[in-house]
Amino acid sequence: MSDSGPRRQQQVAALRHGTVVDHLSPGMALKALELIGVPQEGAALIGVNLYSEKMNRKDILKLENLELTDDQIERLAVLGPNASVCFIREYEVVRKVRVTLPDRIAGVLRCPNPNCITNHDRLETRFDVEKKSPTTVRCHYCERLIAESEFTLL
Amino acid sequence: MSEPWTQIELDLAEQMRGSDIISVRQFESQELRTLLSIVARFEGDSQPLLHGRVLAALFFEPSTRTRLSFESAMARLGGSVIGFADAGISSASKGETLQDTIRIVESYCDLFVIRHPREGAARAAAEATFRPLINGGDGSNQHPTQTLLDLYTIQRRIGRVAGLRIGFLGDLKYGRAAHSLVEATAMLGNELILISPDSLRLPHRRVGELRERGTPYEETPNLAGAIPELDVLYVTRIQRERFVDPLDYERVKNAYQVDRATVDQGREGMIVMHPLPRVNEIHPDVDSSPRAAYFEQAKNGLTVRKALLALLMGAIE
Ligand SMILES: [Zn+2]
Repeated sequence: MSDSGPRRQQQVAALRHGTVVDHLSPGMALKALELIGVPQEGAALIGVNLYSEKMNRKDILKLENLELTDDQIERLAVLGPNASVCFIREYEVVRKVRVTLPDRIAGVLRCPNPNCITNHDRLETRFDVEKKSPTTVRCHYCERLIAESEFTLL
Repeated sequence: MSEPWTQIELDLAEQMRGSDIISVRQFESQELRTLLSIVARFEGDSQPLLHGRVLAALFFEPSTRTRLSFESAMARLGGSVIGFADAGISSASKGETLQDTIRIVESYCDLFVIRHPREGAARAAAEATFRPLINGGDGSNQHPTQTLLDLYTIQRRIGRVAGLRIGFLGDLKYGRAAHSLVEATAMLGNELILISPDSLRLPHRRVGELRERGTPYEETPNLAGAIPELDVLYVTRIQRERFVDPLDYERVKNAYQVDRATVDQGREGMIVMHPLPRVNEIHPDVDSSPRAAYFEQAKNGLTVRKALLALLMGAIE
């Protein structure tokens, strides 16, 4: 949580309890929220294109009163190879998890190729990760290379 | 067929027994070279290696030449073929999923070849069965037996598939045969000259892959300038439907028509290839030139398919 801006000002309000997903690739915060779902018992704060020393620009997502499951964290990896997840209790970080991109992504993403078999027959999508930063994946079925900017969630 | 198999050929044969042929990407360059040397063993008459075996040829879209080639290959190895020639007569037209069709037909056959209009269909089909499966073309993605027969034709004519300067002419934006051969020849270590009108250039991501691999390549609209440097000229069909303005089509069509005078600008030993059917990209006066390799491609396709059927069935002795 250190690189919060050139003047170290708070760019997105602090959380008392909940989860902070930091260092998402720019433009991915909305997709991250879509992937996790709108929290039932609290606010979701989104920061898009914030200044970051490490990444130049980043997105951030703060979820009030919500602790992400391991499964949700794993799915988030496709939205930012540098992403980290912090669990917050009483304004303190109690646990920090670096998200790691697996070599293979099952489900989560939709293949953007309209003529791909996965968009017609009921098949779970599968992608092989070809490059980690910026994330580039290849559809296991139609073999199309897909850039991060083309990612759409299932 | 007389030379005994080398250990490296036997190892590849063992590895391919019971496997699938989905994409040229599945092979390393050494494996491709070994596979081509195995294919050469299937030239000419064959033993009935697949006697009593049944190939299911499921063509969810018509492709007469590919289907006939597989049927002939299977027949020449003593096997038989069941299947359908287009989706209208399969239960796909009743809404059955591809994977269900495969699971049902698998009890009637020993291996599959499938042709399907959607990309990724062959991979999906292969995952539904333990029987070996060959991709006979999945949409605009892959047609590995076409790529292998192209490579085999180069190997037979020139004696090697590496260290060559290979020109691809025509529709490099949509042409599947060209895409796949570009990928394979880049992997094998060749220099590629990509000759096309600006509107039909090789897609960015494919050019990017060449750059990342370190493949020497050049993009040019100029056929006459490129041809004296080439070992292989691979001509593809330019389809009228790809052009918004019919005038553009006429211009391109004329600029890229390959005739005897054009190919005579090539160095000695340069060959002219085409995945066929040709329309008017290659003038018939090239047919009698010793450079014309396109009719051999069809014949080589039969040899390649015989080899693959036998390899997947583990019937090599
Ligand atoms: Zn796909």
